[in-house]
Amino acid sequence: MKRGSRLSGIFIVSLLFIVVSFVLVTAARAAEEGKKEHRKASGKKRVERQFPVPPPPFSEGIFPCSDCHEDMEVNTERRELEDEHVEISRSFDHAPEQRWCLDCHDPNDRDYLRLASGEKIPFSESYRLCGQCHGDKYRDWKVGVHGKRTGNWNGDKQYLLCAHCHNPHSPRFKPLKPMPPPTPPAEIK
Amino acid sequence: MKNAWRFFLETLRVSLTGSKKYYLWVGFLLFCIFVGALAYVHQLKNGLIVTAMRDEVSWGFYISNFTFLVGVAAAAVLLVIPAYIYNFKPIKEIAVLGELLAVSAMVMCLVFVTVDIGRPDRFWHLIPKLGMLHFPTSLLSWDVIVLNGYLIINLCIAVYILYKMYHNEEPNKNVYWPLILISIPWAVSIHTVTAFLYNGLAARPFWNASILAPRFLASAFCSGPAFMLIIFQIVRKVSNIEISDKAIFKVAELIAYSMFINLFLLGAEWFKEYYSDTVHIASMKYLYEGLKGHSALVPWIWAATIFNVIAFFLFLIPKTRENFLTLNIGCVLIFIGVYIEKGMGLVVPGFTPDVLGEIYEYSPTNTELLVSLGVWALGLLVYTLLLKVAIPIQTGEFRVDKVARREVPEGEQVPAS
Amino acid sequence: MFRKKKYTEAERRSRRKFIKAIAAVAAAGIVPHRKAEALDVTWEEWTQQHFKRLTKEELERILKRLEEKYTREYGKKVSVTAEPPIPGVTFAYALDLSRCIGCRRCVYACVTEINQSRNPHMKTVKTTEEVNRRKSWLQWIRVLEMEKVKGINVEEAEIYYNPPKVPEEGKFYMPVQCQQCNNPPCTKVCPVVATWKEPDGIVVVDYNWCIGCRYCMAACPYGARHFNWVKPFIPKDELNPRTHYLGNRPRYAGVVEKCTFCVQRSRNGRYPACVEICPVGARKFGNLNDPESEIRYIIENKRVYIFKEELNTQPKFFYFFGV
Repeated sequence: MKRGSRLSGIFIVSLLFIVVSFVLVTAARAAEEGKKEHRKASGKKRVERQFPVPPPPFSEGIFPCSDCHEDMEVNTERRELEDEHVEISRSFDHAPEQRWCLDCHDPNDRDYLRLASGEKIPFSESYRLCGQCHGDKYRDWKVGVHGKRTGNWNGDKQYLLCAHCHNPHSPRFKPLKPMPPPTPPAEIK
Repeated sequence: MKNAWRFFLETLRVSLTGSKKYYLWVGFLLFCIFVGALAYVHQLKNGLIVTAMRDEVSWGFYISNFTFLVGVAAAAVLLVIPAYIYNFKPIKEIAVLGELLAVSAMVMCLVFVTVDIGRPDRFWHLIPKLGMLHFPTSLLSWDVIVLNGYLIINLCIAVYILYKMYHNEEPNKNVYWPLILISIPWAVSIHTVTAFLYNGLAARPFWNASILAPRFLASAFCSGPAFMLIIFQIVRKVSNIEISDKAIFKVAELIAYSMFINLFLLGAEWFKEYYSDTVHIASMKYLYEGLKGHSALVPWIWAATIFNVIAFFLFLIPKTRENFLTLNIGCVLIFIGVYIEKGMGLVVPGFTPDVLGEIYEYSPTNTELLVSLGVWALGLLVYTLLLKVAIPIQTGEFRVDKVARREVPEGEQVPAS
Repeated sequence: MFRKKKYTEAERRSRRKFIKAIAAVAAAGIVPHRKAEALDVTWEEWTQQHFKRLTKEELERILKRLEEKYTREYGKKVSVTAEPPIPGVTFAYALDLSRCIGCRRCVYACVTEINQSRNPHMKTVKTTEEVNRRKSWLQWIRVLEMEKVKGINVEEAEIYYNPPKVPEEGKFYMPVQCQQCNNPPCTKVCPVVATWKEPDGIVVVDYNWCIGCRYCMAACPYGARHFNWVKPFIPKDELNPRTHYLGNRPRYAGVVEKCTFCVQRSRNGRYPACVEICPVGARKFGNLNDPESEIRYIIENKRVYIFKEELNTQPKFFYFFGV
C-alpha cells in the first residue's frame, strides 16, 4: 500500500520532474547527434547509442518504485503476487513459464531494470533489456524498421520504447477498433 | 470565291426548306438535342457525379458510344473498297454517302468525348504548342489527331465532289482519288488507334489482348456497312440514285465474312480466357455469366451474341441475304449486337472487377442517357442536313443552273426516319 | 515524351497573348468565366499555363493568388508552396504486411492531411463518429482484407470489412495507395501531360491542367487515382492550411488527384502522415538513394513483395515481411 505523506508526495513529484527533464534533455541531445551516431554505429566499432525516446509509459503514480520497495525485503521466491501488482501478476503473459518479475527488474534497486549480465539500466533504456531475447527486433528497431517512427525521414526521428506499444508483461499487440470502411461507390451520389 | 459563297448560301437554303415530314424529323431531332443540352447543363453544374461513373468504373456510357461510333465512322468509308473492287456504278455517290456518314459519326465521337471529360473548359490544353499535346506518347493524343484528321479529310472529299457536281463539273479524279486513298487507311487507323487506347493498358487484362484491334475492325466491318445498307435502300427509294440490288447483296455477303471473323476472334478470346483460367478471367466471367452475384451485363451480352450469330446466318445463306425483309432484320440485329458488344460490353467489363477486385455495377443514369440521346440526335441531324444537300446534287436536281432558274426541287423525302 | 524545351520570354509572351485572344472569343460564348457551380473557373485560372512552363514570377503570383483565395474561402491563413524536389533524393515507401492490422488509421490521417473532400451531404455533424464517417467519401488508401490461406489475391479481397476489432483471426491486411511507379503507366497515357514523375520520384498532378479525361485512372493498376466527381467539400475548421501546389491544396471539380507521399511534408524532411499515424509502425519511408535509410535496410534485409510486379511498373512502394 502507498503510505505517502504530504512531504513524500512533494518529493515524488519533484523526483519525477527531474527524471522527466533528464530524459528529455538526453533525448534532445541524442536526437541532435542521432544522424552522426547512426553512421558511427554502422561503422566497425559498435557503440551502444542513445535513442530519442519519450519517457517510459509508467502507470500513474507508480514510479519511482523505490518509494515502496526501499523498505521492503527482497523476496526472490517465485510466486503469485497478492497485495500489490495483482493485475500484472494475473495477466502476465510474457513466457510465464520461463520468467517472472526479478528476471528483468533489479531486485536491489527497483528503479532500474537489470540485464542478464547484471548491468543495471534505467527504464528509459529498456530496449536493451528486450533486445536480449528479441535480438532481431532490436536490430530492426535500432535502424527504425521495427516500430513506429515520427519526425524527419532525413533527420531527427522520434523513437518509441518497446513498452510504448507492447505491454512488457503481456506484449501481444492489442486489437483495435477499425475506422469506418469507405463509402461504396453506389452510395456516392 | 463568289461561287463558293453562293454554293454555301444555296446549300443553306436547301437544307432549311423541305416537306412537312422533313420539318417534323428535324424538329424531332432538335427537340432531342435540346433535351440533351439541358441534361448536359445539369451535368456541368453539378459535376460528373450525376452520371453513374465512379472511381471504380471511370468510363461508362459516353465512352461506350464513342467507341462504337468510331467503328461506324471507319467502316462507312471502308465501303469504298468493295464499291471500287466490284465496280458499283455510282462509286462517287456511294463514297460520298459513306464519307458524310463518317463526318456525322466523327462529330458524335468528338461530342461524346467532350461530354465525358471533367474539364471541357480546358479543351485548349490539347492544342499543340498553345497547350501541351502529349504526342506521341499518349494514345489519346493520337486519337485526337486521327479523329480530327479523319473528320477533315472526309469533309474535304465530300464537299469537293459535291461542289464540283453542283457546278456541273466533273470532279477532278486527281484531286479526290488521292484523298479517298488516304481516307481508307486512315479509317483503319482511327479504329486501330481507338483499340490501342484500350489495348495498351496492362492494368486492365480484359482489354490488354492483342486480338482487340482486329476484333474492333471486324466488328466495325459489320456495323458500319449494316447501317449503310439501310441508308442505301432509303436513298434509292427517295431519290433516283441508282444502287443495284447486286451491290447491296454483295455488301451483305461481305458483312457475313466480317461477322464470321468477328465471331471467330471472340471464340479465340473465350478459349484463351476459359481454358487458361487465370485471375484475368474475372472480367470475362462478369460479362458472360456474372461474378459473385453481379450480372447486370449478362442478358445484354448474350442478346448481342445471339443477334450476331443470327445475323451471320441471315447474311451467309443466299436466300435470306437476298430477301430484303430478312436482310434488313439482319442489319438491325447486327447494329444492335455490335452496339452492345463494342459499347458497354467492352468498356464496362474492363473496369469490373476493378484493379483491386471491387465490383461496382455500372448502369447509366438518366442524365447520361439523355445527354447521349442528344448527341445521337445531333449526329443524325448533321447527317440529315448533309444528305438533304448531297442527294439532290447527286441526282442532278440541285445544280447551279437549276438554282439560277429557280427550279427548286420540291418534296424531298426524309432521308432517315 | 514531353520535350523539356526552354521557352524564351518572347515565346511565352506571344503564347500568352494568343491564349488571351482565344479566351476573349471563347468567354463571350461558351466558357463559364464567372463562377459556375462545378466548373468554378476564373479568367486568370483559365488562361494559366502548364506548371512546367511557368516562370518563377508567374508561379509566385499564382501561389499568392491561391493563398488569398483559400484564405478567403476557408477563413484562415492558408499557405500554398511549391517546394521543388530535393536533389539526390528518390522517395520510397515500405509497408510491413506482417504488422499491418487493418485499423485504417492511415486512411483517415491521409484524408485529414491531404484535404480530401468530405461527404458533401454531411455539412453538419455532431459526433466524432459522424466526423469520421464524413471522411469516408474519398480516400486514397484502400485497405484490402484477405485470407491468410488464400494469400494475396485481390479478387478475393474485402475492402468493406468492419468487425468490432482488428486484426481478425486468419486474416491479413494490405493497404494499397499510389505506388509511385518508376515506370508509371498513368503519366504515359495523359493526353496533356497534366501528370508526371518528378525528379524525386513522386508522381504529381497539375490540378489546373488536368482535363478530366480519366485515362490515367483506366491505366493505373493500383486504383490509386481518384476523380472529383463533384466539387470537393472541406469543412473550414478541418482544412489543413499547410498546402503544396502539386499536393494537398483544395482541388477542383472534374480533375484527377492522387497520393504524393505527402509532398508538402516529405520535401520538408518530414514523414508522410500515414507513416506517423500507423499504430503498429508498419509504414516506412525514406530516401532510396541513401544506403542508410530505413528503406534500403528493408530492401537489403527483408523479404520484399512488389504488387503486380509483372506489369513492370517498378513501384517505389515495397511491401515487406518484417518477421
